[in-house]
Amino acid sequence: MEHITLLLGIVIVTALVFDFTNGFHDTANAMATTISTGALKPKVAVAMSAALNLVGAFLSVEVANTISKGLVDETGIRPEVIFAALVGAILWNLVTWLVGLPSSSSHALMGGLVGATIASAGTGAVHGDVLVGKVLLPAVAAPVVAGLAAMVATRLSYKLSGGADTKATKKGYRAGQIASAGLVSLAHGTNDAQKTMGIITLALVAGGAIAPDSNPPVWVILSAGVAIALGTFLGGWRIIRTMGRGLTDLQPQQGFAAQTSAATVILASSHIGFSLSTTHSVSGSVMGAGLGRKGGVVRWSTATRMAVAWVLTLPAAALVGALAEWVTGFGTWGTALVAVFLVASSFAIWRRSRHEVVDHNNVNDTEEPPGVVTQAIAAVTPPPAGTLTDGLTATIPAPAEPTVNPSAQSRVA
Amino acid sequence: MHIDWSALGSVFGVSLGISVALVALFTLGVAGLSKKETAQGGSAVAAATGAYVCFAACAAAVAYGISLIITK
Repeated sequence: MEHITLLLGIVIVTALVFDFTNGFHDTANAMATTISTGALKPKVAVAMSAALNLVGAFLSVEVANTISKGLVDETGIRPEVIFAALVGAILWNLVTWLVGLPSSSSHALMGGLVGATIASAGTGAVHGDVLVGKVLLPAVAAPVVAGLAAMVATRLSYKLSGGADTKATKKGYRAGQIASAGLVSLAHGTNDAQKTMGIITLALVAGGAIAPDSNPPVWVILSAGVAIALGTFLGGWRIIRTMGRGLTDLQPQQGFAAQTSAATVILASSHIGFSLSTTHSVSGSVMGAGLGRKGGVVRWSTATRMAVAWVLTLPAAALVGALAEWVTGFGTWGTALVAVFLVASSFAIWRRSRHEVVDHNNVNDTEEPPGVVTQAIAAVTPPPAGTLTDGLTATIPAPAEPTVNPSAQSRVA
Repeated sequence: MHIDWSALGSVFGVSLGISVALVALFTLGVAGLSKKETAQGGSAVAAATGAYVCFAACAAAVAYGISLIITK
């Protein structure tokens, strides 16, 4: 093994921890619809996704390095900067997991990297046009593209199947859904595990342990693949619940249309060279499938909270990354302080999550009552527009108290 | 600032086209299979054949998807 300093060791471990959070944060992308429609049992779903993530990690090394290439100036990047970036990304991933909101792990990582780089080398080292073209625009485009595709596909599907017996067709759609979910898992493994490989390789280069332009060493590929698979297997049940149940109610046919559209968008976009975030695509396609069924509902309050989290992802991770970079600037004890802070706050978030456990047993229950953080986010978002009525229960005058009733449903004609 | 609108446009078009086509094909396949159970004689055979053709096309699309992931 190469010569690895203590600092470099810390960076590598932190990168693997990020990979792990990435895994459990993004399980929802592949498996939320599969779990909520009952196509697979929750445990089976995450196990399948984890296995495919692991396989995906070994398929190629081409994507490694793409996360950092072009976005920030690589020359003169120090291991401390990467460490600070990872701290920002991990904390944002954990906070959004706690409130059960799907957000892009890639954006969190890029945000952390941007923030740490600005704190370290000034704003000049960040390529703003790349930021807009590769991060912001795709974030807006992904849910629109995937949502429209899923909506049209769902509409057509219901029209074509006409009066077909739902009991007989259910099994078919489940099989189709599992295939699409498998594709998303595989694509996730090749993309996101390689981002971590890229980060670790970058850190090794920055620390002088391996030569520039090296391919990731085998142990890096192996550990990154295992870390993301473990995270996926643990399952981010909170996010799965929001994505599978919180946004809309999915029937097997809709789940199939949503997952297929998402898989198509993800593969088509990365093939054509305009990469769209997996999380944004899946969220969009779930909403599109919700709108595509006659009488389907989309809970715009949940969607709005999700959108707010997306907007905040980059700046929030950047802020934490910048702060962490500033503290590491004080030398060894600064770095140690940041490491302790990361461990302590991760533990605190985990403790907080134990107050209301969400796991494979209650992942398909209706949405949890909003917690403190969720309410805080709901309070800063505008109330959902439109008449808020619920077909099954009495009409609730929700617009009068939008923050008290954030899970109110907005019926879509 | 350069934004690759044509790439975005083709992602949009290709995604929409393929998603809708795949979901439609699969729906026809599923509907065909359920029809097979209720229909009799020649129409049942026709429905089943049609269904399997649809599923084969979907399987081909999945295989192409996997090849895209691997060769990236």
